[in-house]
Amino acid sequence: MSVARPALHDPAWLPRLFWGSAALVLLWPLLVLTEFRPWLLWAPESRGPTLNFLAAFVPPAHSGEFLLLVARETWRTVAIATAGIVLALIIAIPGALLTTRMLSVSALSGRMAALPFAVRQGLRLVLIVLRSVPELIWALVFVRVVGLGPTAGVLAIALTYGGMLGKVYGEILESGEGHAAVSLLRNGSGRLQAFFYGLLPQNAAELTSYTVYRWECAIRSSVVLGFVGAGGLGQQMDNSMKMFAGGEVATMLIVFVALVALADRVSAWLRRQLG
Amino acid sequence: MSTPLPPSCRGPAPIAANQPYRLPPPLFDARCLACWFSLGLVVLVAASFWSLDLQWAAFVSAEALGAMGRFVGEFFPPDFSAPFLRKVAWASAETLAMSALGTLIAVALGLALALPASRSHDGDRAPARVPTRLVLNALRSVPELVWAALLLISAGLGPFAGTLALALHTTGVLGRLFAEAIENAPPGPSTALRTQGLGGGRVFLYATLPQILPQLLSYSLYRWENNIRAAAVLGVVGAGGLGQMLAFHMGLFHMPKTATILIAMLILVALVDLASYVARRRMAS
Repeated sequence: MSVARPALHDPAWLPRLFWGSAALVLLWPLLVLTEFRPWLLWAPESRGPTLNFLAAFVPPAHSGEFLLLVARETWRTVAIATAGIVLALIIAIPGALLTTRMLSVSALSGRMAALPFAVRQGLRLVLIVLRSVPELIWALVFVRVVGLGPTAGVLAIALTYGGMLGKVYGEILESGEGHAAVSLLRNGSGRLQAFFYGLLPQNAAELTSYTVYRWECAIRSSVVLGFVGAGGLGQQMDNSMKMFAGGEVATMLIVFVALVALADRVSAWLRRQLG
Repeated sequence: MSTPLPPSCRGPAPIAANQPYRLPPPLFDARCLACWFSLGLVVLVAASFWSLDLQWAAFVSAEALGAMGRFVGEFFPPDFSAPFLRKVAWASAETLAMSALGTLIAVALGLALALPASRSHDGDRAPARVPTRLVLNALRSVPELVWAALLLISAGLGPFAGTLALALHTTGVLGRLFAEAIENAPPGPSTALRTQGLGGGRVFLYATLPQILPQLLSYSLYRWENNIRAAAVLGVVGAGGLGQMLAFHMGLFHMPKTATILIAMLILVALVDLASYVARRRMAS
């Protein structure tokens, strides 16, 4: 009597072997392109400066004067993010109102007319282009135009986040229940009235919650923008790194992590309150 | 009272049959959260604009607008000569490679850190959970660009620093997501294996991992998408790819070349957006 013995080897060994070796072959160009040479990290000419830099991290710089500077720059980081978001709303709110299909009068009777359709799609494209240019690139360009300082950071955040908020606001408005707005429009109300009485009440919480979330993201990115000279904590951190002042970098990293954690908490709390 | 109250109503006081008339709430009262929130918002915005010395003059004056126009005009025509295009294509490939390798390293490290950072079953004490999560949070809360600037000191200029920076930040993000995926996996299969006496490693490999694999994959792909976008700009601090080229040519005021690089970046980002949109559509349907 022969008992069917279970296979003792992996039945799928051939595909596994093939895909495994294919992955290795694909990995090779990646390693070459990224100049992946981890042993260089331990080469004497990079080891020394690194260890010196890290050794300077303890103790973090804590002189009163420096802490005052850090506090001022931290506030500027928050202020850049806040001002940027406020300016972004100036782009985003009209953009969202103009691109929402729900507020189209001609779409009430079947298809949207050609001209409004073209305007909506064109504006949506503008918002997408604004959004897809990273804020760092805007900042690099604006630093050239208006010089070093917070203005470039505020404008960079305003443009990128304006596109982002406008696009997402439009999507939020369209994903909601459109019945009230459509009824209002059909009964002869204006588009703004339909927005304020039909669309806004049901979407207000979601819109606010998304804005708060983006504000938190803007704080994070305003630090990064400092590295190209747009003011705030990032610029100070960049300066200290260039001078290999490990203690100062350590203090600012701690402050930055704390700031991000705080913004995270505040934004999570606010969004929970909004429900 | 004819019927006994259902058990769920035992806690709070029963509602009166006739509710007393109540006045509408006063517009501003000390406990009104929305009022305090709005007030705080107004103060924050006002203080922000007041404390930043924004140079509006640089925008509204005619000569500033002219300078801006000239600045934009210098971008045209972009440099489309063949050797330069080849260099840009090479830098784009470098950017893609940085993001792919960075994500790959982060997936491996993230999974390795997610195991101690998660509680595999209710009885698991998971002593390393809190410290590992602390490490993951620290890795995550420092942005890629700051990591890159820090790593320049030890890894030198070039794509290696950028790759490591992406890997470190993404490890923090993915480690946390993976840990949550492990903790939220349905406990049935792993309980079945554990009650048979299998060790933690085999329980993970044969029960938990197969269940969460699709989730891990989708998180990783999502982060890769983010990382391509991040890698494109990471170079401006000198960490390789298109960004480094951009910073270099912009610093030397090679405006036509800068324009070409900017176009390449936009195309890269647009392609990634398109690919992710198509992939999402495919998966949803």
